[in-house]
Amino acid sequence: MATKASRSAARLMMAPAVILLLGWMLVPLCMTLYFSFKKYLPLRGGDLGWVGFDNYVRFFSSSAFWPSVIATLVIVGGVLAITVVFGILLAILLDQPMWGQGIVRILVIAPFFVMPTVSALVWKNMFMDPVNGLFAHLWKFFGAAPIEWLSQASMTSIVIIVAWQWLPFATLILLTAIQSLDSEQLEAAEMDGAPPLSRFGYITLPHLSRAITVVVLIQTIFLLSIFAEIFVTTQGSFGTKTLTYLIYQRVLESQNVGLGSAGGIFAVILANIVAIFLMRIVGKNLDA
Amino acid sequence: MARNVTNQRKLINTVLAWGIGLLIFFPILWTILTSFKSEATAIADPPVFLFFDWTLDNYRVVQERSDYMRFLWNSVIIAGGSTLLGIIVAVPAAWSMAFVPSARTKDILLWMLSTKMLPAVGVLYPIYLIFIKMGLLDSRVGLTVVLMLINLPIIIWMLYTYFREIPGEILEAARMDGASLKEEILYVLTPMAVPGIASTVLLNIILAWNEAFWTLNLTAAKAAPLTAFIASYSSPEGLFYAKLSAASTMAIAPILILGWFSQKQLVRGLTFGAVK
Repeated sequence: MATKASRSAARLMMAPAVILLLGWMLVPLCMTLYFSFKKYLPLRGGDLGWVGFDNYVRFFSSSAFWPSVIATLVIVGGVLAITVVFGILLAILLDQPMWGQGIVRILVIAPFFVMPTVSALVWKNMFMDPVNGLFAHLWKFFGAAPIEWLSQASMTSIVIIVAWQWLPFATLILLTAIQSLDSEQLEAAEMDGAPPLSRFGYITLPHLSRAITVVVLIQTIFLLSIFAEIFVTTQGSFGTKTLTYLIYQRVLESQNVGLGSAGGIFAVILANIVAIFLMRIVGKNLDA
Repeated sequence: MARNVTNQRKLINTVLAWGIGLLIFFPILWTILTSFKSEATAIADPPVFLFFDWTLDNYRVVQERSDYMRFLWNSVIIAGGSTLLGIIVAVPAAWSMAFVPSARTKDILLWMLSTKMLPAVGVLYPIYLIFIKMGLLDSRVGLTVVLMLINLPIIIWMLYTYFREIPGEILEAARMDGASLKEEILYVLTPMAVPGIASTVLLNIILAWNEAFWTLNLTAAKAAPLTAFIASYSSPEGLFYAKLSAASTMAIAPILILGWFSQKQLVRGLTFGAVK
């Protein structure tokens, strides 16, 4: 079918997108790589020459590095655990027959559409404020002393905020996957006397495994680079300085571009490791 | 008897699901309610839920004090502009990959997707520098282009999956009936592609509207969209709950409404077709 002429036309139609994305990927990435081998302080002398791997050594050995790795892992891990576990439970619940299913689904999905700065600020001020926040009122109602969420339980607070934003995503995807499950299989198992827990463990969960993998991978990629939620709440203090935030501070706040770029390259490599796994699944699906 | 049992189960499901649904939705509901309170009511102890003097004052004050419409307009231009640009670039690309696939189509698609995985912070300074050099810092044009580029892989990918569902036989049939290429594209392909393009546009507007890394780092006063405007409430204005709520409600309302229309497309767009 495809003639030579249509092939070259197709190539021409693809060219703008390919060129744009190639430029968008290569130019800044090469610049970051270039800066990462330089001592470059735009506000204090500018380009001060090549320093080899000095920036990498200093980035990895700085006292802020390991805490930032741990903060990143805690946030990514905590949010993943909450969203996947509750996402599965919610998806199963939403799949059951009920009245007003459509409306409940809308209620559950809504947080995903709230912009990150709004959700972070609403949680920070109206829920987690130690004086006027709703949590403070709730704690006082039960006779407990209000918690200063964002300083005393800073990581928990950030995890709560981010998990609230991403729970809808996990739920929606897992719900879509559950709905594609053949209900006759479950009914047959039920008739054969399989208790609910085994039905879940042997039929539903295996069926969901790929959707769960996809949720974990996609969320990991997005969670590795959360920014606004920290920017408007703690600004990286109280142990919430993630890798992304640390690099941002090095680059834009202290304007140590060489050091920040070395961190940036590290972040790119980290994200790519996750991306490889995701691409494999997506690629497999493309063939099917 | 059996019917009775299912009804009972249905009732339990309903109560449970509605309870959890409302709990998850509560922060949004609370924000909307607070936006209609006076500042004193907003911090009343104990909190007031529904029975207060409803007022629109906060909305008026937010607009007057901070020129809210300007930020809204920036958001509209940036989200709409980047989506439009993205569609213009993506439609031909997705089209050719779906209808004239070659041996490398799959690799190209996956590579495009991989550019989406690039962490923004890794290229923050280069982009910042390029923006300064080209005078694009704090400009709507610059931000529109950046947001177009970061979402382009998703647009192409989504369009590709939609286009691939259009059966090629229909095109052949039209050609056999003597339709010219122009007629084929205009009367056969386009009507079938419109729903797919529309949902792609919808999802992309949502993503661009809520983008909060580049919008925060590349704008100051002039081109700041709503994400940056809300961030400026961080302190100390954030302690004025009613005004914060009014500003927030206005910022999320359009997207909440769009979002409700695009639930299904969300799955397709954000999992790159890996979950259907």
